[in-house]
Formats: sequence, C-alpha cells, structure tokens
Amino acid sequence: MAFDVAVLTFPGSNCDADLRWAVDNTPELSARAVWHKETELGSPDAVLLPGGFSYGDYLRCGAIARFSPIMNAVMAFAKAGGPVLGICNGFQVLTEAGLLPGALLSNAGQKFICETVVLGKEGRETAFTKGLPETLRIPIAHHDGNFFADEATLARLEGEGQVLFRYLNAQGERQAGAAPNGSMNDIAGICNAAGNVVGMMPHPERASDPALGSADGSALFSALQGFLESK
Amino acid sequence: MNRALPTDLPIDDALVKEHGIRETEYAHALEVLGRVPSYTELGVISVMWSEHCSYKSSRIHLKTLPTEGPTVLIGPGENAGAVDLGDGLAAVFKMESHNHPSFIEPYQGAATGVGGILRDVFTMGARPVANLNSLRFGSLDLPKTKQLIPGVVAGIGGYGNCMGIPTVGGETRFHESYNGNCLVNAFTVGVVEKDKIFLGTAAGVGNPILYVGAATGRDGIHGATMASAEFGEDSEEKRPTVQVGDPFMEKLLLEACLELMQEDCIVGIQDMGAAGLTSSSVEMAGRGGSGIVMDLDQVPMREEGMTPYEILLSESQERMLLVVREGTQEQVKAIFEKWDLHAAVVGRVTDDGMWRCRWHGQEVAAMPVPLLTDEAPAYDRPQSRPTWLDEAQTLPEIAEPADLGEVLLSLMAHPDVADKSWIFRQYDHEVGTDTVIKPGADAALVRIKPGAYGQKDSKGTKYLGLVADCNGRHVYLDPETGTAGQVAEAARNLACVGAVPLGLTDCLNFGNPEKPEIMWQFAQSIVGMGQACRAMEVPVVSGNVSLYNETTVGDTATAIHPTPGLAMVGLYEGEIPKLNPTLPEAGLQIALLGDLGAHLGASLYLYNWHGLERGMPPAVDYPSELALHAALRALVNCREVPYLHDLSDGGLGVALAEACLGGVGATVSLPGSAERKDALLFGESHGRAIIAFEPAKLDQVKALIGQVPMTLLGVSGGERLSVQGILDLPISELEQAWSSTLPETLS
Repeated sequence: MAFDVAVLTFPGSNCDADLRWAVDNTPELSARAVWHKETELGSPDAVLLPGGFSYGDYLRCGAIARFSPIMNAVMAFAKAGGPVLGICNGFQVLTEAGLLPGALLSNAGQKFICETVVLGKEGRETAFTKGLPETLRIPIAHHDGNFFADEATLARLEGEGQVLFRYLNAQGERQAGAAPNGSMNDIAGICNAAGNVVGMMPHPERASDPALGSADGSALFSALQGFLESK
Repeated sequence: MNRALPTDLPIDDALVKEHGIRETEYAHALEVLGRVPSYTELGVISVMWSEHCSYKSSRIHLKTLPTEGPTVLIGPGENAGAVDLGDGLAAVFKMESHNHPSFIEPYQGAATGVGGILRDVFTMGARPVANLNSLRFGSLDLPKTKQLIPGVVAGIGGYGNCMGIPTVGGETRFHESYNGNCLVNAFTVGVVEKDKIFLGTAAGVGNPILYVGAATGRDGIHGATMASAEFGEDSEEKRPTVQVGDPFMEKLLLEACLELMQEDCIVGIQDMGAAGLTSSSVEMAGRGGSGIVMDLDQVPMREEGMTPYEILLSESQERMLLVVREGTQEQVKAIFEKWDLHAAVVGRVTDDGMWRCRWHGQEVAAMPVPLLTDEAPAYDRPQSRPTWLDEAQTLPEIAEPADLGEVLLSLMAHPDVADKSWIFRQYDHEVGTDTVIKPGADAALVRIKPGAYGQKDSKGTKYLGLVADCNGRHVYLDPETGTAGQVAEAARNLACVGAVPLGLTDCLNFGNPEKPEIMWQFAQSIVGMGQACRAMEVPVVSGNVSLYNETTVGDTATAIHPTPGLAMVGLYEGEIPKLNPTLPEAGLQIALLGDLGAHLGASLYLYNWHGLERGMPPAVDYPSELALHAALRALVNCREVPYLHDLSDGGLGVALAEACLGGVGATVSLPGSAERKDALLFGESHGRAIIAFEPAKLDQVKALIGQVPMTLLGVSGGERLSVQGILDLPISELEQAWSSTLPETLS
C-alpha cells in the first residue's frame, strides 16, 4: 500500500495541485488533498504545505494561514515527530506557526524573482534530504524569501546542521551573497531542531520532470519514499 | 411611471453631452424609449454605447474577418473564443487591453487587466493555464517610461503570480509614439473539456440571477467611458476611474466557479468587466433573447449610500453574474460559502425583452435589451489615406555604414531586441509545472498533462504553442501589408516550436477613430489581417479594440503607432520537442531556410541606426511562407534539429547573434554578393528562419524541408560570431550589449 502524503490547501494556495502531481509521480507515494478548514489530518505518513499566496499574503506571508483550523493537527503531527515539508509559502506558514525558526522577509531587491537557482545540499540528513546530490538545480518563485534570523538562532542553525539548502553561484560554488533574495548566509532551506520539519523557498515540484528543464527536485520526494520505507 | 430618484441629476443637454452621448445618438434613444431616460438609464446608455462596449467605430470592419474554420468551437461575441484541441479538449483564449488605466495607475491598471482577462476565460469553464502580455512603452530614457515599466510589470506579476497562472511569454517594445499612451495587452488561455464550455446567456424564464464575488464599491465608475476618449493634460486626474485588484479574491472565485461548474446548476455565467453589472446583465439577456429584472438594493455593497446609477456603473473587480436553474440556489450558495464568498440573488430572467432595474421596489430603469446591444450606434467613419505616407514609403539613398559590427551591437542593445529577463523574472512562469519552453523563445510551449482532463491523447501528449506579436513600425508604414506580416510572423514563431496554429485573438490599439487617417489605418489593418488569416487558414476567434490612444498636449495630438496586437494559439502533439534556446554545441551546420531576403524598408536597423522610419514593410508570399512553416514543424517533429529560430526584428544579423548568446559562437559567410551587406544582414523579409543540425543529418533535413530553399551559412563553434568579410565580434561583447539595456535603465 502506498504511503499517504497529506498536501494541504489553504485559500490562495496555488502549488497544491503541482505538489500532489509530483508526489503521485513518486513510486509508493500517494497524495491526498486536505482542505484547511478540516480539523483532522487523518493518519498521514507525511504532511506537505504547498506554495502560493495563502490569504493573499495580505497581512504578512503565512501569518493568517497559521490560524487555519487544520494547523492544530499539523502542530500535533510535527510534535509527534512526523515528517513535515513546507515549500515557499508553506515555509512561510511554518515559520509563522513557530514550527521553524527565523522569518522570510521581502526580497532584498523588493521584486518577485522567478528563476532556476543552484542549491548546495548540506546539514543533517532528514526525511526529505537523505541521499540528495551535493548540488541541485531548482526554480524559485517568490517575493518574500529573504531568510532572516537573530544572531543566536543563526549560529544554532549553522552549528547544529539545520541549514539544509544554501544558494550557490551559477557555477555551483559557495559564494557569499549568492542568494538572489538577500537571505542571511545564503540560506534557502532549514529544518527544526528535531529534524522532522523542513522548510525551503525553492520549489522541488517544479523540477521533478526532465521536460521542465530539471528533474533534480524529484530527489526530495524519492528521499521521502526511502525514509518511509525504512521506518 | 416615475423612474426618478431624489438623488438623480436633472437630464439636460449638458448632462447628456457630459455622458459622451452625441445629439443623434440621444435622439435615437428618445425615439426608441418614447420618453426622456431617467438618470440611471442615461448612465447605462452612456456606457453601453461607449466605444469600449459597443465597438461602434469598428464593428462593420471586424465583421470582415474570417471567424470560422474546422478548429473553431466558439468565435467572437462570447467572453472568449474557443478552438478544438482534439480528444474532447478545447483551448479558450482572448486578449484584452488595459491601456488607459495602466497609464494613469500602472500597478493597478495592469493588475486588473490581467484579472479581467483571466475572468473572461474561467467564466467559460476553462481553467487558465497560461498568460502572455504585449506591452508598449515610450522611449526608454523618458522618466515617465521608467516610472511606468516597474509598475506595469509588478502589476502583471502581482496578479498572475498570486492567481497561480504562469506568465509564459509576451513581447515588449518601445517607441516615442507611446510616450503619452502606453499599451498593456493581456492574454489568457485556458483548457476545458469541449462539451463543458459555459456561455454568457440568460435563459429560462423565472431562473434566478446570482451575484457572486466581491462587493460593489464606487471604484471604476465610468471606466469604459474613460477608455473611450483621448488623454489630455488632465489624465492624471482620472485616477479614481481606475479599479483596484484583489487577486486573492479572484483565486477564490476561480476555484469556486470551477467547482460549481462540475454540478448541474449553471444556465449562463459572465464576468463583470467593463461597465460591470450593466454590461454583464445586458449582454446575457441579449444573447439569451430574453429579459432581465434586477433588484439593485440586493447587490452586495461595500459602501454606504450608493445609488442605482453608481451600482450599475461601478467597475469593482472580481465579480461574476450567474443565471442558475431555479431550485439550485442553495447548492450554489453552499459552494461559494465553502470558499468564503457570498452569493446573492439579485434578479430573475424574464421573457419581455426588457432590461429592468428596481430600487427598493421602485422601477428605476426599463429599456428594451436590443437598444443597448445590437441597436447601439454603429458608424462607418470616414477614412483617408495619410498624405505623408507616399513619402514615408519611399526609401531614400542610404549610405552603408562602414562597420556593420557596430551596427549589430547597437541593434542588440536596442530595447526591442535586448534581453527582457528583467521583466519576465518578475513573472512566475513555472507554476503549473507545464512550461516546457520558457519566456525568451520564439514562442512558449505549455504542456497539457496526459489525462489531466480525462482526455485520451490519441496523438501523444498535447502542448500549446503560444505567441504574442506586433511590429507597429511595419503597420505604421503600411497597415495592410504590415498587419498581414504580423499574422505570418506569429504563425512562424509557432512553427519554430512545432505547433500548428489553431486560431488567433487580436487586440487592436489605434488612435482616435474620428480622424479619417486613423480610421484608414484601422480599416486597412483589418483588411491585411483578414487577408493573411484567410490565406493561412487561421481564424480570428476573439478580440478587443482599444481606440483613442492619443494624447493631446497644447494643440498637438500624438497618436500611437497603429498596433494591432495579436496572440496566436497552436498545438503540438507527440514526444516533447528537443530544442535549445541557443546553439547547443560546436560543429553544427547552420543554415538559412527561405529566400536570402534583403528588404530594408521599415526595418529596425533603418530606425535605430539611420533614424529613419521609411520604406514599405516586407510583404508576405503566402505559398512560400506556409511551406516554410510546414518545413519547420517537420524539423521539430523529427527531433534531430536542436536549434530553430525565426528571423524578425534586426533580420539575419540579430538572429545569428541571438543564436550565439548561450556561449557557442558561429562562423558564417553570406552569399548574394550583389546585395548590400546591411540589407542582407538586417533586412526584415518574411518567410525565413535559421536552423542548426549535425552535418551528417544534411540529407535528412533536405528531405524534410521539401522545396523550401536552404542556404548553408556556416558552422557553430568558438567564442565569436564571425560573418566573413563583414563582422567579427566576441560573444561576450554581444551578450553585454544585449543584457545591459533594461537593467541599466530600470534598476
């Protein structure tokens, strides 16, 4: 039986269908749409929060979605150690909900950026990143992806291997300031202290098919499959 | 019957004039009504008879366009057109202008333009899958242009990105004729099962009329009338006529409407665009051959004290009008409530052919529907060929520049040619996970996922080829030839990604039609479009007209270059094309398909280097153009030709330079020694493309292109573009010229 992957839909989510498609294209994974007004998740093997503009991002990205009824169940799932991945707006929701440290500010250039970036994979191994290649080409598409954390948090993230993805330069090398959005330490993705909750600004589902120019992102879904199988 | 309200203004000649209604038009209204209209009715007549809603100057010309063909499911007259994709699927698309609002308030003007065109498409039951846009700005160094571009681009992105519809391509050009009138034309295409298309019709006596979406405010009142007049020095003061967009609301509306369309509730549905509740209800009754009665006090309002006049004329965004089957109201409301949207019953369908509105029980408007639709004024406005055209169409003696490398660099840096990634980087062009050929190519290619709509895909996976195009300079110098050329060019762009054209939508931007020379440009342009569409069998399935794109400062009125923008939709089926945005590797044979071509007239080169907008634009030879397109498609289909590129602005020289921008250079030589080198390199003759392939595949390529002439130009490789005996430039210099223009000016 396939693993049950809950993909949330908030009002204004717009990558939920893309994410379900990428999950369903992964062997042994089966996506299930969960509406934000639900109070129960069912019994999923993993929970994914998609990109988009939940509640129009009008107050602050993710700030209203974190109060959606389903979020209580997501918190409980995360506290119990279940694997949770937030992509783009999903990452923003997770930081607003306190499931991940730091915050995503407006891009340094104050413009929306849609382009394929080179990411370096590092840090500890998680359900979504175990066995990933050293570098990946994955698109970003956001206006507010400028990762910020206070000094102590940043030091902890770096020290504990919680930085999972870093923007590299076009040649795939580490270079200070390579982040197109101004992120501190060029951080593109992180996990919580327990390692089960992951957030990232780039969209792996948009790089999960060679037809789209890169299939590097499918490695994250394959990693989840491997993790769930080995449990 | 007393239809007057205490808030009404008294009807007199001055008020009629203020509403943009002419004496003869008003006389017609008096005759049909048999009485003086109420204030509310006057407002309604004013917007429905505005140029924007009634197409009164253009209607008789538009009727000459070919709108039928084997691919056409729905032609002009509905919210959008629809073409057959096979296997039970249809593509629904349209392009619309939001020029006037964007000039006044660039962010909101452009954003609501995108919102409006998206609604036109999902109103018909189609899920929008891609956006394009066509933009025109004044000179890039003008402060106003530098203010407009960031606002327009952010507005387009802000709306489309939030809606989750990828903006996959488009075109942006610059010319001083747009200094006082930018153009913002937005295009959306959606996909739907063809037996599940919904129409904007009011039928079934007694069926309830539902209002859904955002509440009505005082924004955008008389927007349609504003868009039907020239700009003067006071245009900035018209800001209150611009609407404000809420893409989040529209995203909810999209999902709620598509969910509702799965149920058997809807009889007809139409978005409230220009002239809001008025035009949507009038047009639905017109198409249904029915009548409508509405209780305006039931309309959700977000402001206190609104009058019927204001409610009817508001252009508040993100609203839809539905006619549903009697008895399904509660089911409909439940779906909208799931999405936190309100649905209110505001009226009923009747059978008396009248459009009636009540206000707390009092009838405030009662007019025959045809008065506002088919019987709206239509004019065959006088035309005259501009006297300046004779001189403009002749080419003077032109000295050939000594250094054609310098010329090429300056063309690459010209904003019409230069890198537009500063713009499309701000558009989400990836959402949907189907953008296979991305912005910056000849045309975009958007996949329809196998089985996504339950379709069979009998000929392999379907991909939509999408392109928007218009060369205003060509049209300016000869509207008929120039416009015909744009149709050919768009189809050629599609052929470069393997797509067969199925239909086009137009967005006709011109100056003041009351001036005979402008009207002549318009009429000639339609002649050219019709001619090319017939010859190439590409029907026109939807469109929009934007007139009065003129600005008067002091005594001088400046009209834009005539800009009949068009967007074409094509279909590619089969294995994904193997194409590259630039020359992928060294050692490839580079060849020119089509005639050598050396047509200097109307070229960007003449304008950019010599400061001349002169000469006839290139004409289209349809048989050879069509043969070329067939050849290009065959080459894409064989998947053995990794690079194809259409020749357009800047001709062969610019096309070769663009081929090299990925870092792989080329060494070529030009035959035709008798010709002027500048004409060979930068002339803009139609019917040409360059291709690159492995030399060993030469025989295969020859077999595939049939009778299409092919000239072997040279080979790819190295880090320079070398045209032997003419120019030799490092790619880095070309790249620098090409990529710097927009960022340096705008950042």
